Amino acid sequence: MTRLFSFLSSLTFPHGVHPPEFKEATRDQAIRRLPFAPRMIIPLQQHFGEPAIPLVRPQQEVVRGQPIAVANGDLSVAMHAPVTGTVEGIQLMPTARGPKSEAIVIRTLAADSQVVRWGTPRDVNSLSSAGIIQAVQAAGLVGLGGAAFPTHKKLEVPAGHPIDTLVVNGCECEPYLTADHRIMLEHTATLLLGIRLAMRALKAQRAVIGVEDNKLDAVAALRACLSPHDPISVQTVRTKYPQGSEKLLIKALLKREVPSGGYPYQIGVVVNNVSTLSQMGELLPNGQGIIERVVTVAGPGVKKPGNYRVPIGTPLRYLLEQVGYAGDASHIILGGPMMGNTVASLDVPVTKGVSGVIVLPELATQSKPAGKTHPCIRCGRCLEACPVNLNPCELGRLAVKREYAMMQARFHLHDCFECGCCSYVCPSNIPLVQYFRIAKSVNRERLL
Amino acid sequence: MKPLRIELKTSPHLKQAGSVEHIMRNVVYALLPICAFSIYHFGLSALLLILTTTLTCVATEHLFNRLGRRENSLSDYSAIITGILLALTLPPAFPLWMAAVSAFIGMSLGKVLFGGMGFNAFNPALVGRAFAQAAFPGAISTWTVPGHPDRFTEVLPSTLTMPFTTPPSVDAYTGATPLAQWKFEGMFTETTDLLLGLTTGSVGETSALLIFLCGMYLVVRRLINWRLPAAVLGGAFLTAGVFYLLDPAYYPSPWFVLLSGGLMLGAFFMASDMVASPVTPWGVWIYGLLIGFLTVIIRLFGGLPEGIMYAILLGNAASPLIDHLTQPRPYGKRPPPRLRDALSALRQRLKPKDRRPAAPGKEGA
Repeated sequence: MTRLFSFLSSLTFPHGVHPPEFKEATRDQAIRRLPFAPRMIIPLQQHFGEPAIPLVRPQQEVVRGQPIAVANGDLSVAMHAPVTGTVEGIQLMPTARGPKSEAIVIRTLAADSQVVRWGTPRDVNSLSSAGIIQAVQAAGLVGLGGAAFPTHKKLEVPAGHPIDTLVVNGCECEPYLTADHRIMLEHTATLLLGIRLAMRALKAQRAVIGVEDNKLDAVAALRACLSPHDPISVQTVRTKYPQGSEKLLIKALLKREVPSGGYPYQIGVVVNNVSTLSQMGELLPNGQGIIERVVTVAGPGVKKPGNYRVPIGTPLRYLLEQVGYAGDASHIILGGPMMGNTVASLDVPVTKGVSGVIVLPELATQSKPAGKTHPCIRCGRCLEACPVNLNPCELGRLAVKREYAMMQARFHLHDCFECGCCSYVCPSNIPLVQYFRIAKSVNRERLL
Repeated sequence: MKPLRIELKTSPHLKQAGSVEHIMRNVVYALLPICAFSIYHFGLSALLLILTTTLTCVATEHLFNRLGRRENSLSDYSAIITGILLALTLPPAFPLWMAAVSAFIGMSLGKVLFGGMGFNAFNPALVGRAFAQAAFPGAISTWTVPGHPDRFTEVLPSTLTMPFTTPPSVDAYTGATPLAQWKFEGMFTETTDLLLGLTTGSVGETSALLIFLCGMYLVVRRLINWRLPAAVLGGAFLTAGVFYLLDPAYYPSPWFVLLSGGLMLGAFFMASDMVASPVTPWGVWIYGLLIGFLTVIIRLFGGLPEGIMYAILLGNAASPLIDHLTQPRPYGKRPPPRLRDALSALRQRLKPKDRRPAAPGKEGA
């Protein structure tokens, strides 16, 4: 039925795929809290850019909300203590990416009520554009949709690029994930405040919230808070993966294309995720920093799926023990199942960029166990799926022959943003996007 | 709780249902009604012909897999499809030994030689058919009248010809295909006969309506690209339409062209061989229109009444070039320079320069 309606709302980008949504288990579950983990791990680099510089020493006592690290330069953000407790140390800890990295480890003070006592309220309406940008960096905000790109850098547009539209990304096109959906429903007011602050920072005249048409209740909730003449508008877009990719959302809403290799600000647009902006609307008036985020914990391997407000730094092991997970779980994915990556260890913490924790048993990951890989039969399904209109069929053929330079020179390899649509549709089970990742990293090394 | 076994895997972690086997199996399903109709129509000989080519194709692939120590690839159904398709393009009374030789040639030179499924440059069934056309010109243009009363009990006399001997000619059974009737006698066949297949012709090409319905099954299930048959049929219709408008008395109507001969079978089941056709959206249109155009040209002006086979083989040959010229424009890349821009640039270049070239010898001074 939703598929039927999706043809009616015409706004979308060409191509893309329709994976099963799997959102039924968590879409109606209100955001809940879990007990605090006894030990928190806060990596100094949870964002794209430079690691933060720690401000605390081992054995130092910290209060929930207190800054524990400051931004190292422009492309970096601050960190805040997610719990009241004692700093155990600053040590190398496992991360989701694989190699260990430095993290502040805090032992939670069990007797504490964990009320945020840090931060001084301020009048956000008096903040200038530069003031907002500075406050955003101090609040440690990064793109909470998954990219973890420092938000203040997005708001700080290079001179000579006037921004006319702030696009607010409420698509949440990944299967299973419902965190953004719940935020739009439950934190509508702070989200709208965040949007207004971001518009002021960007000096943008209008904002468009793009929401996929499988979340019509969120659209109604947002529209109920907006007057007809409000510069903020809500627009439904077709439910299709990867509608939440910023370049494709811009294409769907504004019919503009970001130049290849460029940034949205070059065409007068900045895109922010609803979680990020809702955190901004919540934190800036109180002068606080980001210490928790909403995470969808779902998948066939989870006993109590839901949307949880998780302190940043909570180890996955603790989170999964709280919600219960099946013993045959074998793939633990951070983010969504289309673009998220599996983790090697449960001692990895939830960081700012983690929008979901998906637990899949072995069989759920493939339509057929041990699907055989065949030669490409040139059916062309990958071309019809590729949202950026590449030729994955030809790219895959070249990747097998390791002609990586040719892939870039003639077939625009670097325009691929690794959404995985080609691998998803390939009837020959060819790991196309996986080949492209290898090709890209080989090309990167060649350039160095 | 059982000990946790974590596996690492890169995204995407979901996979759409559907596989190569699934596509190929459904193509076989779509071909089965056509086979059934042709057996009903031409009797035992058609059945034996289909079985012979299919078994030969499967055996050939298996043999070469064994010889080349390659993985067994019979489970992907592609050899079965080649076998059935080859039989459907042959005359019902075609001697079985010739069919087996053609199937062997088509499979070995058309497919295995290139590296098996996914690598063939031409449709293997048509390579076999082209070989038969060249090697057995007599047998391949001897057509049987359908609906013979004894067709389920007796095989046609030429079917069981001894290998490497010429088949006996039995005029009692033979007739002319609608295309041959038009070409050599100037006679038109009724449209309903063409639709329902009450005509003489190759084993599986007679009923345009049945082939269309079976082809539409694949299109509706999105197993073949709908643009391809649309382009082939459209190309043939348009080309034939132009000639018909020029001289309606001499040239056949586009409807006759569309429904007669192997065009329908070729458009849905042979031009659509994915491996040997372009993948780009524009490329598919160009390829299909080209095949439709060539078919009609060969039919109207060639020595043979039918042209779809050579049209598809030529289309196969052109498809790498078509693919090369029709690469899609990626998101955010500037569109290729338009013709208008190119013309204005050319005009700029042709404009007489204001400054005259320096006089010779001046530079040295």
